[in-house]
Parts: sequence; C-alpha cells; structure tokens
Amino acid sequence: MAKTPKNYSTADIQKKANQIREDIIKMLEHAGSGHSAGPLGLADIFAALYFKILKHNPDNPDWEERDILVLSNGHCVPVLYATMANAGYFSRKELMTLRQLGSRLQGHPERERLPGLETTSGPLGSGLSQAAGMALALRMNKEVHRWVYVVMGDGEQDEGNVWEAAMLAGKYKLNNIIAITDRNNIQIDGPTETVMPLENLKDKWESFGWHVLEIDGNDIDAVIDACQMGKAIVEKPVMIIAHTIPGKGVDFMEYDFHWHGAAPNHEQAIKALKELRTLGGKIRSEHE
Amino acid sequence: MNEMHLSNQALATEPIRKGFGRGLLKAGQLNVNVVAACADLTESTQIQLFAEAFPERYIEIGVAEQNLATVGSGLAAMGKIPFVSSYAAFNPGRNWEQIRTTIALNNQPVKLIGSHAGLYTGADGATHQMLEDLALMRAMPNMVVLAPGDSVEAEKATLAMAVDKRPNYMRLAREATPIMTTDKTPFQIGRAYIFRKGADVSLISTGTMTYPAMVAAAALAKDGIHAEVVHVPTIKPIDHAVILDSAERTRHVVTIEEAQINGGLGGAVAELLSENLPTPMLRMGMNDRFGESGHPEELLKHFGLTPIHIAMTAHRLLMDHSGHKH
Repeated sequence: MAKTPKNYSTADIQKKANQIREDIIKMLEHAGSGHSAGPLGLADIFAALYFKILKHNPDNPDWEERDILVLSNGHCVPVLYATMANAGYFSRKELMTLRQLGSRLQGHPERERLPGLETTSGPLGSGLSQAAGMALALRMNKEVHRWVYVVMGDGEQDEGNVWEAAMLAGKYKLNNIIAITDRNNIQIDGPTETVMPLENLKDKWESFGWHVLEIDGNDIDAVIDACQMGKAIVEKPVMIIAHTIPGKGVDFMEYDFHWHGAAPNHEQAIKALKELRTLGGKIRSEHE
Repeated sequence: MNEMHLSNQALATEPIRKGFGRGLLKAGQLNVNVVAACADLTESTQIQLFAEAFPERYIEIGVAEQNLATVGSGLAAMGKIPFVSSYAAFNPGRNWEQIRTTIALNNQPVKLIGSHAGLYTGADGATHQMLEDLALMRAMPNMVVLAPGDSVEAEKATLAMAVDKRPNYMRLAREATPIMTTDKTPFQIGRAYIFRKGADVSLISTGTMTYPAMVAAAALAKDGIHAEVVHVPTIKPIDHAVILDSAERTRHVVTIEEAQINGGLGGAVAELLSENLPTPMLRMGMNDRFGESGHPEELLKHFGLTPIHIAMTAHRLLMDHSGHKH
C-alpha cells in the first residue's frame, strides 16, 4: 500500500535531523564502538531523504513502487538506523541494540536482517554499481517513476569499483540514479586530500558522463532542491557532491578525522547531547 | 550415459561452455526475468547467443569484473535472474570480495559463470588457468558451486541455476571435451551420480576429470579391479549420501579434479569421510602449484591428470592398503 509522506516543513525536518543526531550519539555510546563523524554529518541529508524526498512506506518496506536507497558507505549505518526508527520502520528503543549479539542492527548493514535495508554493505566502493544494476532493472521493466538514490562516502572513491560503476552509468545514461557524495574531506588516516587526493572531484564525475551538482549538505533545503533538480535531468546520471561537516552539531567532533571510526564515551556523550539539545547554545531546546 | 566410451569409437567433443550458451538462451526464452552481463568476453564465455536474442536484457560491462558482480547483485535485488560471465581467473578470481559481500552475504541469486577454468585453458598459461575457484567459492556461505562434466550437463546445469533461488557459481572449460552424458542423463543441483558401478575403489571426480576417470575405470577392469566412478557436478552442497555409500562399499577413494587439491572436491570429500567414515584416500589435482603454457593434453600429462595416472593412483592406493580387499 502506498503511503503519502506528510508534508513536513524544513523546520520539521530540521527537528528530525536533530533527533537523529541525538539518537546516533546515544546508540554509539551504548554500543561502545562505531563511527560518529560521518553519521552526524549525514543527518540532514537522511532526514531530507526519509521525510521529504524518498517514496517509501515504513509499514510496507517492500512496497513495490518505492524508491531505492543504497547506502554504499556502510560504516555510516547509524544514521540510516536512526532515521528509519524515526520514520517508523521500528522502535527507537531498538536502536540501543546496535552492534549487539542477535541484533537486527548489525555494525554494518545486512539486508536480510532488517526490512527496509536494500543491500548489505561495509566493504567500500560497491554501492554505486549495485545502484546501476537496480537502475538497469527498472529501465528494463519500464518503471519510470522509481528512483535509485545512493549515498557514498568521499574516501571510498579511492576504490576502483566506484569508477567502473561511474563509467557504466555514464555509458547507459542511467538518469534514474541520483548519487550523493558525502564530501566531508576525512577518512580513517586523515584528510582525503592527504591520504589520496580526490580533487578535482566535480571534473572527474563530469568527465565520466555525469551531471554534477554541488551543495551544502547540511542545508536541508539545498538537499531537497538538488534532488528535485536531479530528477529533472533526463540525459545523464546525477551526482550531488554534498559538502558536509564531519561530526556536525557536536563542537568537539566537528572536522576532526579522529572521530571517523570512534564512538563517544559516557562523558563525551553527555556533553554532545547537551550541545545538540541547545544547538550549540544558540537555541533553547524543548528537551531542556 | 553415452556408452560409446566403452567401445573403441571416439566420442564427439564440444567445449563445456557451449552447453552453457545454449542453456542460457533456453532459460531466457522460458523466463523474461533472466538477464545477462559480461565483461568483454561475450563470445569466449558463449553468452553471445543470449545477447543476440535478447539485446535489451543484456549488459556489456567492459573489462571490469568487480562491477560485473556488483551490477549483478543490483539486478538480482530488483527481481532479475542475472547470469554474469567472465573467465574464472577474474570471476571469481578478481572480484571475490564483491561476491562475498554483495551476493553471498547479501543472499542475492546471482549466477556467476567462470569460463576457461583449469588446465584446459592451455597456452594462455598460469595467469589464466584458474585452479583455485572451487576452493574459493566452496568456502563461501550461501554459495552453490557447480562443475559440470560436459556440454550436455552444462546446459542442464544452466537451466537448473535459472530456477535455483540461491547464489550459484559454475565453472566452465575452454577446450572441447568428450560428450559423455545424454539428454536423458539425470542432473539435479546437489546430487552426485554413479556413472559406473564397482566394488574395489571409488573414483570420485568432477568437471572435465570424470571422463578420464571413466576411461581409467575401463582400464582398471582389464586388471581385474572394479572401479566405481562417482561424478560430482555439485561441489557444494556436496552429496553426502551417494559419496558415503560408495566409500562404504569400496573402502578406497581417489578424488580427481582439474583444480587445486586443497579445498576443492578433494578437500570436500576428505572432510566428509574423515568425520563420518574414515577411508583410505588419495587426492588428484594440482598439487599446490601453478600451471604453465602448453597444449591442454600436454599439460594434463605433465601434471598427472590422464586416465593412466588415475589408474596408477588407484593401484597405489589399493597396494598401500593391502589389508583391504585388493
């Protein structure tokens, strides 16, 4: 059964993003391991996707007319779990089972464990090519009103598999793919431009036959606008390079690559939650 | 069974991969959801019959085997039954991790085809003679591993793969090999078949090595040794019942495969027997080494995989275990 998403305002979606951030901090602290920076930076994009952009139905995750979301950088799955819980796929209480034995919320996402996950990921660089396979299948089926969204990291673009997929999508002009690169400039060993320079990233994608949009990935309106525009580009696949702040919303995590693969301890979590609830002291939250 | 191997007449030969090509075309005619992709080896892997018949259901990936496997995963996620082919050295040699994560763990029914496996790849040399695929793929949970014995069986295996709901891998050989089965020979995924009954020793073989095992059994009969030939076209899940029953009756086992003896058919049979029915056995295959360039027949002789070698190995096993029936 179809489900029409509520008409959330930007402010509503911003609130969802902040709730998602709080849930990410809580689940990571409880799990005692996992990735903090990427998921916090992606919270606005995921809130925009699940509360505005995607055609989906939490009550029927296999709904056959749904849009597909492929999470290629599987280590960022806390943001996906937190968003799905807030969207109603499962209870927010279950988020606290992250990374525990028997949990549906594996450290990296496993499709068969949790309805609503479209694939299994973690090893990097393979999401875009799966999205290309999905997009090709939709085209064969003449399903023109479904879209394949894929969220990728920037560091994972060191992987050759990404560029194999980029070539294929360019060759077949897969205009039903909207890819979003989380351009947060960090990876495990340091800044992306030190570990393995990616720039000029926009030129790279364009030269592979993609239409490239560049946005502030922490600006919800910009994310929504870019996806809308992406759907209107009919001659090419679309890459949205979304510049995000890793650790966004928690001062001591922002921009620091050490938080790529680390989880907050109890004291850090308390500090982070306090900050998130007051938006860095700028706004008084209802939680206070 | 085609009984002609028992006469002096030579059997007709055909590359095993040709049977795959015909089977895929038929599978495509039977089910519109069957699709195919290939990494720049359309003719070599015989996927071109399908590509010509169903161009809108065929995807040319280019020389990019990691993409081949992962695009296959995406196609399967949307309900397609994708057959993805390249040489076995690259698929699953190059793209094993992608297969592990996006196909096996993700449990998508992608049909992986590795052509030009084994020494029959010949003059191209060690780089292209994939000998580790059976071990690599057998180690992977959820994966079905097939090695048909001739082109007729490969056609049946392809049709069976198209209706199997699991991830599958099938290895194929390049050069023409004898057609020993007929349209009436049974084939089911997961089943082993006794191609020749015998009471003294079980020759348990897979793929291209079953025909040499049949010839070896005929030669052994002249020496008064009754060899049973057990053809194992499904390496995983392996047929416990047929193999254990044969080993129980003959008490001697020789395994023969055109692959590394570590981890492939020999490994699978050794594991099965050691846990259930310890039985004197010898494993024949590539003994922890790479191949080299040469004509396939020369290579099989050089590496000890001809009917004479098989018969000699059976003799040795029986002599070494003289407390048994020999």
